[in-house]
Amino acid sequence: MKRSTILALCAFGVLAGCSSSGNWGWYVIDPSTTNGQNNIRFLLGGFWATISLSLIAAALSMTIGMIIALPGMSTNRWVRLPSRIYVEFVRAIPLLPMLFWVFYGLPVVLRSFGITISIDAFWGAIITLAISDSAFTAEIYRSGIQSIAKGQTEAAKTIGLTYTQTMRYVILPQAIRRILPPLANQFIYIVKMSAFASVIGMQELTRRANELVVTEYRPLEIYSLLILEYLVLVLAISFFVRWLERRMGANESR
Amino acid sequence: MAEPVIKVRDLNKYFGDYHALRGIDLDVAEGERIVVCGPSGSGKSTLIRCINGLETHDEGTITVRGTDLRDEASAHAIRGGVGMVFQQFNLFPHLSILQNLTLGPMKARGLTRKAAEARAMSYLERVRIPDQAHKRPKELSGGQQQRVAIARSLCMEPKVMLFDEPTSALDPEMISEVLDVIVDLANDGMTMICVTHEMGFARKAADRMIFMDHGEIIETGPTETFFDAPRTDRCKQFLSQILQH
Ligand SMILES: Nc1ncnc2c1ncn2[C@@H]1O[C@H](COP(=O)(O)OP(=O)(O)OP(=O)(O)O)[C@@H](O)[C@H]1O
Ligand SMILES: [Mg+2]
Repeated sequence: MKRSTILALCAFGVLAGCSSSGNWGWYVIDPSTTNGQNNIRFLLGGFWATISLSLIAAALSMTIGMIIALPGMSTNRWVRLPSRIYVEFVRAIPLLPMLFWVFYGLPVVLRSFGITISIDAFWGAIITLAISDSAFTAEIYRSGIQSIAKGQTEAAKTIGLTYTQTMRYVILPQAIRRILPPLANQFIYIVKMSAFASVIGMQELTRRANELVVTEYRPLEIYSLLILEYLVLVLAISFFVRWLERRMGANESR
Repeated sequence: MAEPVIKVRDLNKYFGDYHALRGIDLDVAEGERIVVCGPSGSGKSTLIRCINGLETHDEGTITVRGTDLRDEASAHAIRGGVGMVFQQFNLFPHLSILQNLTLGPMKARGLTRKAAEARAMSYLERVRIPDQAHKRPKELSGGQQQRVAIARSLCMEPKVMLFDEPTSALDPEMISEVLDVIVDLANDGMTMICVTHEMGFARKAADRMIFMDHGEIIETGPTETFFDAPRTDRCKQFLSQILQH
């Protein structure tokens, strides 16, 4: 925590130090002026969209990831195959093209099946982020679960537990500690990738910064603040995750 | 003659191209205590793992207490009456000893926590470690852990017990405490198949011996005759090697 505080202060210090130079125009986000206040409020207003977008996408990704991961660990090759294909396929698609495909293409595909729904920027971004990320969460689950020795599953089977009970009471409680840290990293990745939602018009942090740049012509200052916004968000998540890990660690040794 | 508890007919098992079990026939009668021995890689573990469906078999039939083992559903049904103890104990490290014992009865049998705990404590008494109930597995010695594993199986009140080298992972001084518990079970009339190289134990507890090599049952017979007058050369050789140690 201490290190991250120092980091944030340094970043801020560099920016503040530059403000004396004539080439910088901090007035666009100067909180002592009305215009500055309005601009800051406009920029910060993107937080809510970025956060809700990331949270919903992460929740979906964690669910889809589990649905993909479980058959991916089957001993039956034919059960395993679709899961492997999904992971390899989805991992190979860059996020931006997938976003365009989902936003502009998916409604057309759905319409040809007689389903007429329009996908707005919010849900288009969520679907894309969730699918793209689910290939990674699936792999995280798989390696976490497979790191629990085979003997544990066998012992659970021999005391009459079903597959679901074995997962719930024996495997997942042991796997969760290995799954959580990489899963948290994945969440940070989602937060950062959510910036792409700006290109389809989603009013999140990046989009708002872009719009303000167009009217104020001060890209350096506005994008600096934008980076700071992401930095604060990501550091807050890291902090939360470390707290969670420590709590679970305490539970384990009890 | 009563229907055997376990009936294996012409069992064949392959790992890829490797023929791990070759035409195994085996009947286990109610209350019978069988010890299986044989050199490493001869298929002893594979045989008993096939019997409770931890491994699938490729040819032949396995019938346990009237249920034909054909798929995961029948395997699940069979495991309800068959307990198993592993060489590596396989206790659940995230649960206390008591929770290790109550998990099966509560989740698979629907017992209340109170009933399951009462049952658990009675079996912990039986394996002589009731005072360890609230510890974690890693706080116990190997011998104690294996006794917990036996108690965990017994909590499901099985009709048959399978043991796969239950003392091979133990320090020598802990072997007898585990074997004593198994001898007690044998004396109480539990039907069991035990893979082990502890021949003193076999003489004491087994009605019948099975010697396996290269995936086949080479020799089987009553314990006395098996040790005193083995018929095949391979079995003689194996016994002389193992009894020297
Ligand atoms: N999952 C598996 N995949 C491939 N081969 C296997 C597998 N399990 C066992 N085998 C092979 O099958 C043969 C029989 O193995 P098994 O474990 O039944 O022998 P064992 O008699 O129990 O030996 P040990 O005394 O060493 O435990 C061995 O050659 C082993 O390498
Ligand atoms: Mg073995």
